[in-house]
Amino acid sequence: MKEELFVSGRNIPNIDPFLNIWHWEIPLYLFLGGFAAGIMFFAGLFLVMGKEKEMETTVKWAPFLVPVALVVGLFALFLDLKHQLFFWRLYTTIRMESPMSWGAWTLMIITPLSFFWAASYLKEVVPGWKWRLPVFESFEALVIKYRKHIAWLAMGLAIILGVYTGILLSAFNARPLWNTSILGPLFLVSGMSTGLAAIIWMSKSHYERSVLSKIDIALIGVELFLIVHLFMGFLAANQVQVEAAHLFLGGEFTVTFWVFVMILGLIVPAFLETLELFGYKIPMWIPSLLILIGGLMFRFIMVEAGQITRYLY
Amino acid sequence: MRYAMAIDTKKCVGCGDCVVACQTENNVPIGFCRDWIVENVSGSYPNVEVELRSERCNHCDNSPCVRCCPTGASHVIEGGIVKVTHDECIGCGACIQSCPYDARYSHPDGYVDKCTFCDHRLAKGQTTACVAVCPTNCLYFGDLEDPNSDVSKALKNRSWKVLAPEAGTKPQLYFLT
Repeated sequence: MKEELFVSGRNIPNIDPFLNIWHWEIPLYLFLGGFAAGIMFFAGLFLVMGKEKEMETTVKWAPFLVPVALVVGLFALFLDLKHQLFFWRLYTTIRMESPMSWGAWTLMIITPLSFFWAASYLKEVVPGWKWRLPVFESFEALVIKYRKHIAWLAMGLAIILGVYTGILLSAFNARPLWNTSILGPLFLVSGMSTGLAAIIWMSKSHYERSVLSKIDIALIGVELFLIVHLFMGFLAANQVQVEAAHLFLGGEFTVTFWVFVMILGLIVPAFLETLELFGYKIPMWIPSLLILIGGLMFRFIMVEAGQITRYLY
Repeated sequence: MRYAMAIDTKKCVGCGDCVVACQTENNVPIGFCRDWIVENVSGSYPNVEVELRSERCNHCDNSPCVRCCPTGASHVIEGGIVKVTHDECIGCGACIQSCPYDARYSHPDGYVDKCTFCDHRLAKGQTTACVAVCPTNCLYFGDLEDPNSDVSKALKNRSWKVLAPEAGTKPQLYFLT
């Protein structure tokens, strides 16, 4: 049976013929949020483990990227709003059922926290740095005194932030590609992997790189596992999700997804990192850059493809 | 009280009067609409069937747009009508993404806009603009909890369906088949 659907007199911008409400701002933010969460989590983890000396880049240097990533990400989010002057409405209420409300509040706490973290290491990273106001000096002493507590808080918030970047999408029942609970853990793991990639790129210590590479390879393994399950779940689900999966299995996103995300973004860098662990000389910026580009592409593809998928009636 | 609408797909001719009435009544900006007509052609020649549907917001009982709204701008008022408070809406687009019926749009002024079941007319004891103008009388509106309302009576005697019930939103537009 053939079926055709006409909608007369309706051609609303960005909604017909298919939804295109979220453009580059959202995937960029999802990437930066996951990236910041990744660095924040591992900085906190190694500080709590007392590895501040051995894992210097992770604990002291890389966290300087976090406030930058978060501020750029928040600005992108702000650009995405269509009623920008009312953005403060996010902070006059807490809505438990809305992932976006959770995210807004998490960012409200983790962004200043990331500034404090970086600032407390400024003297070690920039020799001769002096705070102009004595208030800053005493505040810095306070942050350093409670560093371990802050690290625990940062780890918790980083996990919420990382999972939130996925749940933001998976909470939308109306977009079948997004509507899967695997998206939360998948975006968390992917975000952590991109964060690690940046630290590995920055690190000059062989010991630190090898520790982080091992974690990263494991994370990529988990990511591949989750992606396989994502598609298995879709293919075994209802018609709308089968069609969502087919966007990536022969449909218009097949090449971009498999080449840039799966092969160049996950499999090749994991392979290169493994080779490096076995003693081959690999410039570590190559796998790191591939992971970062792959992570960014993954979010762009998911946001764009998800908006195309819809219920049929 | 539970407002709902029944649309007789056998009586609708797809004239689009409901669309124009709504745009006029609610000052909908040019190029946008809160209700629209869908022509569903199924079968293969010579056994072809056409179904005409006047669609709008389903004012769902389990409305995903209200759940995902981060500021509470999307909310449910008396009678189950889903509304948007303009100066609480930040224009994030979450509710547009969450609607399986694509019933919401981004108003050029920034906030998200949609069908209100003409609650300003209901307050005056009138019916909605689309129902008031329908030349074939194929739209029935009223309180589902009142057995004597137009919509209750229409649903009692006819078979009906709702759109995408599998989306789990408990939509309140009933299409008489």
